[in-house]
Amino acid sequence: MSWLLVALGAGVGAPARYLLDRAIQSWHRTLFPWGTVTVNVLASLVLGLLTGAAGTVSGNLALLAGAGFCGALSTYSAFSYETLRLAGLGARWQAVGNVALTLVAGLGAGALGWWLALSLR
Amino acid sequence: MLAAVALGGILGAEARYGLSRAWVHRPDGFPWSTLLVNLTGCLLIGVLMATLPQLPRPHRLARPFLGTGMLGGYTTYSTFAVEVQQLVRQHRPGTAAGYLAATVLGCAVAVWLAAGLAGRVWQARRSVAPEPAA
Repeated sequence: MSWLLVALGAGVGAPARYLLDRAIQSWHRTLFPWGTVTVNVLASLVLGLLTGAAGTVSGNLALLAGAGFCGALSTYSAFSYETLRLAGLGARWQAVGNVALTLVAGLGAGALGWWLALSLR
Repeated sequence: MLAAVALGGILGAEARYGLSRAWVHRPDGFPWSTLLVNLTGCLLIGVLMATLPQLPRPHRLARPFLGTGMLGGYTTYSTFAVEVQQLVRQHRPGTAAGYLAATVLGCAVAVWLAAGLAGRVWQARRSVAPEPAA
């Protein structure tokens, strides 16, 4: 059962990442991977909410939305690869900016979600 | 295209979930399974992205299925971010900082090393391959 819930969540999360990334990357003409930043921040916010709400949300929902959806919506491989690509193309400051923004906004979103869930209890 | 991303994402997420169940860590312990997932996922994306341009006719679904789907679904940023925050909350700032540094630096080195090595292997293969007859 738990494997099925993870599959259902990931089956939605991975295509959502692909569609969101494609839409966001088509809105601007820079090399900067705004799409990956957005999906990672969004997924961290939702997983923070779920973690803060642990005990009030069912274990099944945590698997479906957490390990499945958020895990597949967010990606570390694309973040790493795009950072390396920016550096390789000579856009060193954009590579550094990508790491800084992903860390600050992603960790911040996770903490914000957790805090929101606790204060809404 | 979307189906290839979804199917790859499901396979990658199940591999990540399986590893997290096999290697459970305490809430205040070092999240080894997530670190292992992200490090190996970054090694594989480096190999994949150095290999695809070298193939004569890569399948058009190879990148969406293997890269966007499988490796994207396998690796995770959200779990990493929430684990760092939870370690800080559990009064383990040292473990949180070590986990953060190991993930950020380790994954950067992994993708750089893997892409570089795979690129060299392809270059070496080409230089020993017989020249096509004129």
